[in-house]
Amino acid sequence: MLAAPRDGATTSGEPQMALIDLANPTRFLALTQRLLPWLTAATLVVLAAGLYLSATAPDDYQQGATVKIMFLHVPSAWLAMAIWGLMSLAALGTLVWRHPLADVAGKAAVPIGAAFTLICLVTGSLWGRPTWGTYWVWDARLTSVLVLFIMYLAVMTLWRTIDDPSRAARAAAVLTLVGTINLPIIKFSVDWWNTLHQPASVLRAGGPTIDPSLLWPLLVMALAFLLMFITLHLAVMRNEILRRRVRTLSLMKAEAATA
Amino acid sequence: MMSMLGPHAVFIVAAYAIALVVLLGLVAWVLIDRRQLARSLDELQARGITRRSQQGRQP
Amino acid sequence: MTALSALMVRDLRLAVRVGGGALIGVLFFLIVVTLIPFAIGPDLNLLARIGPAILWLGALLASLLTLDRLLAADQEDGSLDLLLMGRAPLELAFATKAAAHWLATGLPLVVAAPLLGLLLNLDLPAIGAVMLTLLVGTPALTFIGLIGAALAAALRRGGLLLAVLVLPLTIPVLIFGVASTTAAVMGPVPFGTPFAILCALSLASLVIGPFAAALAIRHGLE
Repeated sequence: MLAAPRDGATTSGEPQMALIDLANPTRFLALTQRLLPWLTAATLVVLAAGLYLSATAPDDYQQGATVKIMFLHVPSAWLAMAIWGLMSLAALGTLVWRHPLADVAGKAAVPIGAAFTLICLVTGSLWGRPTWGTYWVWDARLTSVLVLFIMYLAVMTLWRTIDDPSRAARAAAVLTLVGTINLPIIKFSVDWWNTLHQPASVLRAGGPTIDPSLLWPLLVMALAFLLMFITLHLAVMRNEILRRRVRTLSLMKAEAATA
Repeated sequence: MMSMLGPHAVFIVAAYAIALVVLLGLVAWVLIDRRQLARSLDELQARGITRRSQQGRQP
Repeated sequence: MTALSALMVRDLRLAVRVGGGALIGVLFFLIVVTLIPFAIGPDLNLLARIGPAILWLGALLASLLTLDRLLAADQEDGSLDLLLMGRAPLELAFATKAAAHWLATGLPLVVAAPLLGLLLNLDLPAIGAVMLTLLVGTPALTFIGLIGAALAAALRRGGLLLAVLVLPLTIPVLIFGVASTTAAVMGPVPFGTPFAILCALSLASLVIGPFAAALAIRHGLE
């Protein structure tokens, strides 16, 4: 597949904001070029606010100041799972609807998701040691997040192993969809098994049970993490599009040399 | 600041530090990758190899 | 010696590239360690007691998995024939390849072991002992594996044949690796006794491995 993507009509300045236009890699690059500075600024502002709120949050009456680790641990957990959800949508986009940028979106999300899962595991472990006496325990929730981390690494390995981008995309899409089964298990694991991990206190049927003075830092940090993800995701997608162009041109160069 | 964090301050600091390192590492990767890719693209285009869609505009 | 150092650099570069030879071993190590509690239950005391053994088994299997690419890739693209015809003695070339392989795939296992030890509830002395015995023992695993890789390449078979050939040869390394760790953590045997034997096994394999592998390839390719 040496055919490089065609430009759409690029005569005038303003690209239309139709979803179909985002399917055009060149337009997508132009769009991200303009968006990324704003997104970066927004991320930093919200992150600063979140860190300030975390630092000034009151101590929990049981856990003391270690509750501050929660402001990292819970948002990263939410992102870790949401990103896999996004990857599943991208996988469907690749396999079912054949959207041109779906596999780029899917591939770009993987390292970011893996990073958030790692942060979740490490911060959870550091939270667990002073609070519950152990760095790790093999209960249902911790174990299924560890398995999620392994799945992220497995998809990354798969992407790196197959040379041809479209073949790799389809293989990775299949693996991603199969891995999605893990997500509901994590969410409901604390209901199904008696575990050391505390039950859900924010995203539950009766509304949050957590105190507002601790809830606000948590939500702001969650927003900061979300903005971080969006910014990084667009940046990685841009890199991936460039990478494919380099690959196409290199293949053309090799062909020209042997002609 | 450390005394405000209570007896388990080292765990709190370690958690934030590790999170920072991971995220900065991610950002660094994105930026370095971008620079390398931009350089490769410039190199290839300098040699006159262009994509089909751009060839209409090349002399 | 520039030919051998060039070979070392080439092998190291290939190992960290696409195909993920370097880090896929660590990933497999992590997976094996994760699988064990699924099988035997999450009892932390039990896991702490057999933790060193789990880590050693995981490292052994992960080493084995990556041995495939030690010689098979070179045989496929003809580099093995070039090595055979080159000026450097084949034994030294193989020793160099095995050393590069250990640096790229064995050493990461040693580095990953402490984190996995935390997952298995090992305490600090146990983790230290496991790291040290793995550091000394994984080169033995690589160099003994070299023999299997050479036999498999010479016979042009891969995968499971290599595992079947290599695993029995690695049993002494496993025995003394775990024994040293247990001695360090619990006694009553002093740590030095099994550890010295482990070192001896490693040193012997550094010599026997390349010679046996060269023998296998020379006979196999003719």
